[in-house]
Amino acid sequence: MQTPGKTTPLTLSDVTIRLSGRVLLSVSATVMPGDVLTIMGPSGSGKSPLLAYIGGFLDPAFVGSGAVLLGRDDLIGTPPQQRHTGILFQDPLLFPHLSVGGNIVFAIPEAIKGRDVRRRMAEDALAAVGLGGFFDRDPETLSGGQKARVALQRVLLSEPRLLLLDEPFSKLDMALRQQTRELVFAKARSAGLPTILVTHDRADANAAGGALIHIGAETQS
Amino acid sequence: MRDALRRGIGTGLAAMLCLPVLAGLAGTLLPAFGYLPALGGTQLTLGHFEALAAQPHILRSALVSLAAGLTSTFVALVVVATLVAGFAGTRPFAFIQHLLSPLLAVPHAASAFAIALLIAPSGFLLRLVSPELTGFARPPDWLIPNDPLGLSMISGLIAKEMPFLLLVMLAALPQLPLANARRLMSALGYSRVSGFVVALWPLLYRQIRLPVFAVLVYSTSVVDVAMILGPRLPPTLPVRVAQWLADDDVGARFLASAGAVLQLGLSLFAIVIWIGVERLGRLCHRRLSSSGKRLAGDRPLRLAAASITTLSAVFIFAGLGLLALWSIAGLWPFPDSLPASLTLRTWGRALAELAGPLVTTVTIALLSSLVALAIAIGLLSRSANNSADRWLPVFLPLLVPEIAFVFGLQVLTVVAGFSPSIVTVAAMHLVFVLPYVLLSLAPPWRALDRRYEQIASGLGKSPFKILMTIRLPMLLRACLTAFAVGFAVSVSLYLPTVLIGAGRVTTITTEAVALSSGGDRRIIGVYALLQALLPFLGFLIASLVPQLLFRHRRAMRI
Repeated sequence: MQTPGKTTPLTLSDVTIRLSGRVLLSVSATVMPGDVLTIMGPSGSGKSPLLAYIGGFLDPAFVGSGAVLLGRDDLIGTPPQQRHTGILFQDPLLFPHLSVGGNIVFAIPEAIKGRDVRRRMAEDALAAVGLGGFFDRDPETLSGGQKARVALQRVLLSEPRLLLLDEPFSKLDMALRQQTRELVFAKARSAGLPTILVTHDRADANAAGGALIHIGAETQS
Repeated sequence: MRDALRRGIGTGLAAMLCLPVLAGLAGTLLPAFGYLPALGGTQLTLGHFEALAAQPHILRSALVSLAAGLTSTFVALVVVATLVAGFAGTRPFAFIQHLLSPLLAVPHAASAFAIALLIAPSGFLLRLVSPELTGFARPPDWLIPNDPLGLSMISGLIAKEMPFLLLVMLAALPQLPLANARRLMSALGYSRVSGFVVALWPLLYRQIRLPVFAVLVYSTSVVDVAMILGPRLPPTLPVRVAQWLADDDVGARFLASAGAVLQLGLSLFAIVIWIGVERLGRLCHRRLSSSGKRLAGDRPLRLAAASITTLSAVFIFAGLGLLALWSIAGLWPFPDSLPASLTLRTWGRALAELAGPLVTTVTIALLSSLVALAIAIGLLSRSANNSADRWLPVFLPLLVPEIAFVFGLQVLTVVAGFSPSIVTVAAMHLVFVLPYVLLSLAPPWRALDRRYEQIASGLGKSPFKILMTIRLPMLLRACLTAFAVGFAVSVSLYLPTVLIGAGRVTTITTEAVALSSGGDRRIIGVYALLQALLPFLGFLIASLVPQLLFRHRRAMRI
């Protein structure tokens, strides 16, 4: 394994998702650090199962095959918790039993010791997205946009090696969506993370600016 | 490979959970046929069954049990089904649900005492109208509550079975297309009840069939309720078997095991009859469905179901209040509706003897429900996506009459040299507590959004850490509720406690039921009230702790 933080290209080779024998999608691609690969397709086309396969939590109803390489590391043979795949879903899914800061402290790698150090890291991360002083707040009292930013910082502080985005902007309203999108892509770029975005919103794909793969086109026509 | 291992562990676990029941059944069957070397029985014989058949009025005892079980299960099911059909999704339904749910926590024995205090000839109901309406200056000489046909016992069973069946149906309802079916059927001109019955009942019944069987088996083999409300001359079969078991004469043990085998057959027979009733019901259902009858005037039906359920709840709560009143009553002669004076003398008198059984009851309940909760969490975290059918072995103890295998287990513990202790009784309780804890925990366990764990896994946390820091804290309320359910079940267990405890481990419940024949209402009031209060305390704590812990977390306080 490589040290976290030093990122390398992500390679999907013949990654195929099947549902009861039927091929939903098959993808081969290489994503360079800081680049975004956008996968567009209608719902039910297997976009989310693709991310689940990479993350290591594919529902047993689906069958995934193919290699996912991070540099030369084979992700599929690695236990999910050692893959360090940062995920952002449609919902921010902040842990409701923890404070806002607690959510971020939870994500900081265990190798970083010291209560105060960890807390300061979390406070800085919150301040960096305009949420200074929010450490002790109840996540439930935050607005949708604020929650999305906390979720983003939570993922980034866990020192992921790649980023998986499962339509993370689709539940935000127009203005907020624009803003959050830019923030996420900027952060991913500056952290040098290979990123895969699945969406059915063309504006997402345009903003991502990277390669674009269409899937499930035949079901659209 | 990993799957094979997992399946292997699953099978092993299933076998382990089946074991107490199967071993217990063997321990009952063998002595019934004369084999029990510890008591000098080495030859197989049918003699004990002949002795059983020669017992006076044994057939009557068995038939009353059978009839009471079938009648109470049928009536409870029909009433609750009508209630759900007529009201599910409406405001009155929520009201009745709130009224009925706490009844689930009231132990069978306590609710039986509550009913007895209301309906007895010297009970509260008759006092209310005496002597003004009845002219009674002394309690009349009626055989109530221990009427020979078991009617008071049946009503007591119905009152306790309804909340359970309601809970089971409520758990199954979300999986049915209720709102759509309602709209469709009312557009077709069906009344609420008939529309529900035609469109949804078969789907609903399929899901609750196992719990219905459990209710049927329980009510054909119940001991504590039958001792308090059931007929006395002769008592029902399970009561007689329990009496033979308590007999010091060793020969009575063989008789008891033959009786336990008869009980097993009786409960099986009840299931066979029930399956016949199911067939008949299916036929009627088909008739009704194809006849196109809309039964527009279902109002009286709905009202009847609503009033029966409401009344039974009011009845039992009033009875519990009456227990409290009796426990502090001074002089309270017959036609008076209220006691002449109040005193704490009964409590003072009882307290010295109460303390021991109270501590024992709480210890056993805490032990068994804690272990059950741990096992349930282990089972659930192992089989995340699987349905409850996988755990059929866990529910086996609810589908076999207690007396038929607990007795065998007692024999086995004696043979194995275990002396009765709090630990052996708690282990026995665990067998009955686990299925309820699992039933209570499984739905919220599955309902938790799995993406929380996927995120945590992506953050680099191990499955165990995720369980401890994410899943269990988020499910704290559900875990505590399941724990409280287990606690309530353990507190209310009578027969397993008596048999495995063998007189050396006494709980509030065994003491209360033992008092039932004495008829000292004040002391019964103390014990039955305590028995009813303990589960409530459990549920109170289960609801307060998360409230307190998560007072700053809005999303956790639903």
